[in-house]
Amino acid sequence: MNIVVLVKQVPDSGAERNLRSDDSTVDRGSASNVINEMDEYAIEEALRIREAHGGEVTVLSMGPAGAAESIRKALSMGPDGAVHVVDDALHGSCAVATSKVLAAALRTLSPDLVLCGAESTDGRVQVVPHMLAERLGVAALTGARKLTVDGGTLTVERQTEEGYEVVTAPAPAVVSVWDTINEPRYPSFKGIMAAKKKPLRTLALADLGIPADEVGLAGATSAVVEHSQRPPRSGGQKITDGGDGGVRLVEFLAAEKFV
Amino acid sequence: MDFRLTEEQRALRDSVREFALEQVAPVIGEYYERHAFPYEIVRQMGKMGLFGLPLPEEYGGMGGDYFALCLALEELARVDSSVAITLEAAISLGAMPIYRFGTPEQRETWLPRLTAGEALAGFGLTEPGFGSDAGGTATRAVLDGDEWVVNGSKAFITNSGTDLTALVTVTAVTGVNPDGSKEISAIIVPSGTPGFTVQPGYSKVGWCASDTHELTFDDCRVPAANLLGERGRGFAQFLRTLDEGRVAIAALSVGLAQGCVDESVKYAGQRRAFGRPIGDFQAIQFKIADMETRAYTARLAYYDAAARLVAGEPFKRQAAIAKLYASEAAVTNAREAAQVHGGYGFMNEFPVGRFYRDAKILEIGEGTSEIQRMIISRDLGL
Repeated sequence: MNIVVLVKQVPDSGAERNLRSDDSTVDRGSASNVINEMDEYAIEEALRIREAHGGEVTVLSMGPAGAAESIRKALSMGPDGAVHVVDDALHGSCAVATSKVLAAALRTLSPDLVLCGAESTDGRVQVVPHMLAERLGVAALTGARKLTVDGGTLTVERQTEEGYEVVTAPAPAVVSVWDTINEPRYPSFKGIMAAKKKPLRTLALADLGIPADEVGLAGATSAVVEHSQRPPRSGGQKITDGGDGGVRLVEFLAAEKFV
Repeated sequence: MDFRLTEEQRALRDSVREFALEQVAPVIGEYYERHAFPYEIVRQMGKMGLFGLPLPEEYGGMGGDYFALCLALEELARVDSSVAITLEAAISLGAMPIYRFGTPEQRETWLPRLTAGEALAGFGLTEPGFGSDAGGTATRAVLDGDEWVVNGSKAFITNSGTDLTALVTVTAVTGVNPDGSKEISAIIVPSGTPGFTVQPGYSKVGWCASDTHELTFDDCRVPAANLLGERGRGFAQFLRTLDEGRVAIAALSVGLAQGCVDESVKYAGQRRAFGRPIGDFQAIQFKIADMETRAYTARLAYYDAAARLVAGEPFKRQAAIAKLYASEAAVTNAREAAQVHGGYGFMNEFPVGRFYRDAKILEIGEGTSEIQRMIISRDLGL
């Protein structure tokens, strides 16, 4: 099975993150950048399918030149090769434009299965998997907590707030996964050494036949008009137990609709 | 000339660091309290290939070098020393002697499972009656037909009594040299061999989640083919093993020393006294600055010793210096980190309490500080 995994480099969600003051895009320059956490689960799932059914796993990433570091790290987990779409004109692309670029790159790879994280921790729009499926004319099996491959049929347990739904589709399809699906491996030393010898191909917008004005800030369908820092946490409310502490705690929880 | 890491070395270090923070840190305290061996962590380390890190791929290893192992040990020990020493002993004392001195058959038999972390090997050198004076070996092995008959006991043997332990290599007196000294050889004793008894685990001050036992051999018979390396070379073989082990213990000590810095910086920023974080006070700042200085200096010392080792140059003195300095830095940092934490530094729920208990053995194991000073002064011609 020919599997393509989408990998995005994002600012570490465990550290302080900001938007840039000039154009309100994610500040990638001052942040410590890592592989989007959910994408590691997608990589692991792809590797497990390859181990069980054979085939090839290719990483596809769109991002600035610095994203190559995260692509190498993804390769050290075990995929066979990678494609990096990098072009200055892509800066500030919205989800619609991102899906256009990724779909064009995917067409050159003709995968049987596209795996990706259900969301990225920077944008958190969660729409790119659906948009990709639409553009490629294939099924979107989203929010998977389990994926089974049986011949050309993909079956997914789709996580919902109340439980899960079982949905199936023929390959090719786009499957997005949550962190409940598996436990990603850590790169081994052998994997790290092998990663630097694996093919990493770069593509520019021109290679994909996409005009520069259809992507980036200029071609964005939505714009961040304004942003501000989260207000500092307020002091909270201290309840001193004078015999009615329990009642007052419950009153607080009820007022906040926790109970 | 510099000690900056290559991209691959950094990636390995980061990978082990991530593993230690995500998989070891949250659970190790409980294993430690229960004096339980962390099988699940060992299993995951096996999957990552850590047990085969410096061994060649033909035996299931990762094809890395000894420096790669040291980087991994440092990052593990930065979070927990029991896990780090389990890996260190498994490789330096368990697998390495078999790789270095074993016959092709012995390598084939044992190494693939050892490098995968599916099996562990112990190394029996120290005895109840002697430690630093390794020539005092009292355990005997007599060749009877095509079998060695082993009698004696060994003390403080790491990884010797786990469910995964497959063998222990023991040093034993096998005769007398022409000059009248003891002829010492190394013999592989598989777990479960009749006459080989693993005594109950010790109650230790530290390293409580690592596996340590006294072993007894009572007319224990193993095939003559279980001789490891040359007959009569057992002692010489192990001197090399110990020199390497010292660099590894230095790396482990640096990890503990750095873990003390990590925890102290974190705590000094959170804990408030007299209306501000205690990290605002110079008394605490200088303490932590000194801790960082010790950790940093000790790291440079082990990097240099490891670089010489990997390059095939003499490294005996540098290994002794690194081990001596790093282990004393670890003990000092652990004491100071506990002080920064005040009363909480005396509680087992904080990692520094564990670091304090784990540090002392570093000045003792794989050659005491006194032995290191002997090696250094001898090497200076004294």
